Amino acid sequence: MYQTTYHRAASLEEAAKLLAQADDGKFLAGGQTLIPTMKQRLAAPSDLIDLRHIPELKGITINGSDMRIGAGTTHAEVAAHAGLAALCPAICRLAAHIGDPHVRHMGTIGGSIANNDPAADYPAAVLALGATVETSKRTIAADDFFTGLFGTALEEDEIVTAVSFSAPEKAGYAKFPNPASRYALVGVFVARRPEGVRVAVSGAGEDGAFRASALEDALARSFDPAALDGISLPSTGLMSDIHASAEYRAHLIAVMAKRAVKAAIG
Amino acid sequence: MAEISMKVNGRAVTAEVEDRTLLVHFLREHQGLTGTHVGCDTSQCGACVVHVDGKAVKSCTMLAAQASGAQVLTIEGLADGGELHPVQAAFREHHGLQCGFCTPGMIMAAVDMIRRHPGGLDEKTVRAELEGNLCRCTGYHNIVKAVLAAAEAMAGQKAKAA
Ligand SMILES: Cc1cc2nc3c(=O)[nH]c(=O)nc-3n(C[C@H](O)[C@H](O)[C@H](O)COP(=O)(O)OP(=O)(O)OC[C@H]3O[C@@H](n4cnc5c(N)ncnc54)[C@H](O)[C@@H]3O)c2cc1C
Ligand code: FES
Ligand code: FES
Repeated sequence: MYQTTYHRAASLEEAAKLLAQADDGKFLAGGQTLIPTMKQRLAAPSDLIDLRHIPELKGITINGSDMRIGAGTTHAEVAAHAGLAALCPAICRLAAHIGDPHVRHMGTIGGSIANNDPAADYPAAVLALGATVETSKRTIAADDFFTGLFGTALEEDEIVTAVSFSAPEKAGYAKFPNPASRYALVGVFVARRPEGVRVAVSGAGEDGAFRASALEDALARSFDPAALDGISLPSTGLMSDIHASAEYRAHLIAVMAKRAVKAAIG
Repeated sequence: MAEISMKVNGRAVTAEVEDRTLLVHFLREHQGLTGTHVGCDTSQCGACVVHVDGKAVKSCTMLAAQASGAQVLTIEGLADGGELHPVQAAFREHHGLQCGFCTPGMIMAAVDMIRRHPGGLDEKTVRAELEGNLCRCTGYHNIVKAVLAAAEAMAGQKAKAA
C-alpha cells in the first residue's frame, strides 16, 4: 500500500471539508473494497476520510411500511434486522449472503452502492425496489443513481447518507455466486408492487446492474416462475470473462429470475 | 504518522504508526502478537481474523488507525491463564488442525460464530459460516467437528452456570 493520511470525521460537514482539503482524498466506510484495492496498489488516495464515526450515517428506521437504512449500516446489521425482515425479508437474505461473516461485520450498504461493482449484490436490490438514495446534498432515484461500471451520479464530495424504500408486496433475490469470490456471477432481484414488477440484474451487465424489461413484462402478466418458461434473453451487453461467457450469463439470468420469483412467493 | 491507542487483549496500548499500517501488521510487528497470520493478499483466507469490539473482522483489511479506540482480541487473549478456551480445547481434541497456519483465524471465527448462534449450530451452518476461512490441509472435516463440539461444550457450561 502506498502512503496515505488517515482522518476520522465526526460529522458530514467535517467529512466534506476534509475531502476538499485533500489532494486526492477518498471516503472510507467499511474498507472491504477500498483497503484491498489499496493493498493491490490499484488505488492510492492521498487521504482517507473515515465515515464510520458519523452518527448521521447510522441506524435503520422503520416507519409504517417505509424503511430507511443508514449508509453506514453493515451487511450483518441488515441481515439480522427484525423490522426489515418483517417488511422485506429479501433484503436481509441478500445481505446475509454477501462475502463472509467477517466482511459483513465491516462492509456497508453505502460503500457497496457508492462503489457500484458490477458483481455486487445491493445495486440489484436498490434498482428493483425503486429505492431512493439519500445523500449529503439531495435525493437520487435508483434509476438515476447507477451510471455504468463503477459509476454513480455522486459528485466527488457527495456522501451517501441512506437508502430508503417502501415495502413491496413481494420480493425475492437469487444469486449464482462465483465459486471463488462469492460475488454475483449473476444475481436477480424481483419486486412486485401494485403499479408493476421491477426486475434488476447484477453480475452480468457490461455497464453494471440493469433492469430487465423483458422479464418485467412477463412477470407483470403473471408473477409466477412459469411465466418465464422458455424465455430467452439476448447476450448483447453482457460480460464475458474467465468466469462465464455472455451466453451463459444470459441463460443464468432467466434461471436466477425464476428462483427469485419462487423465493418471493414461497 | 498516526497516534493510535486501543486495548489489545485487555491491555491498553498506545503507539505511533504509519497511517497505512494494517491492523494485522500492528499486532504482529509492533505488539509481537504473531499468532494472527497473513495468508493472502486478497482479503479472502481469514488467517488474520481477530475480534474488534466483539466482532470477527479480517485484520488485513482494516487499518490500525481505524481500530484506534477499540477493544481488540487476538488468539493470544483467548485462553484463561493456562486453561485453553473451549474452542481451542475442541480443536486439539478433534484434531482440527494439521499445519496450524489457518488455526488462529479459524478459532477466532468459531468463537464469533458460536456467540452469534445462541440457539446452537448444525453442520450445514458451520460450513456456511466458514466461508471466509480457508484451510489448505484438513479438508475442513475435523474443523467442523471441533466447532460443533465446542458449541455444545459451551452451551453445557452456560446451562450449568445458570
Ligand atoms: C472477501 C470479500 C468478499 C466480498 N463478497 C461480496 C459479495 O459477495 N457481494 C457484494 O456485493 N460485495 C462483496 N464484497 C464487497 C463488500 O460488500 C464491501 O463491503 C462493499 O462493496 C463496500 O462497502 P464498504 O463499506 O466496505 O466500502 P469501502 O471499501 O470503505 O468504500 C468503497 C467505495 O465507496 C466509497 N464510499 C463508501 N461509503 C460511502 C458513502 N457513504 N458515500 C459516498 N461514498 C462512499 C469509498 O470512497 C470507496 O470508493 C466482498 C468483499 C470482500 C473483501
Ligand atoms: S490475510 Fe486476511 S484474509 Fe487472508
Ligand atoms: S491446518 Fe494447514 S491450513 Fe489449515
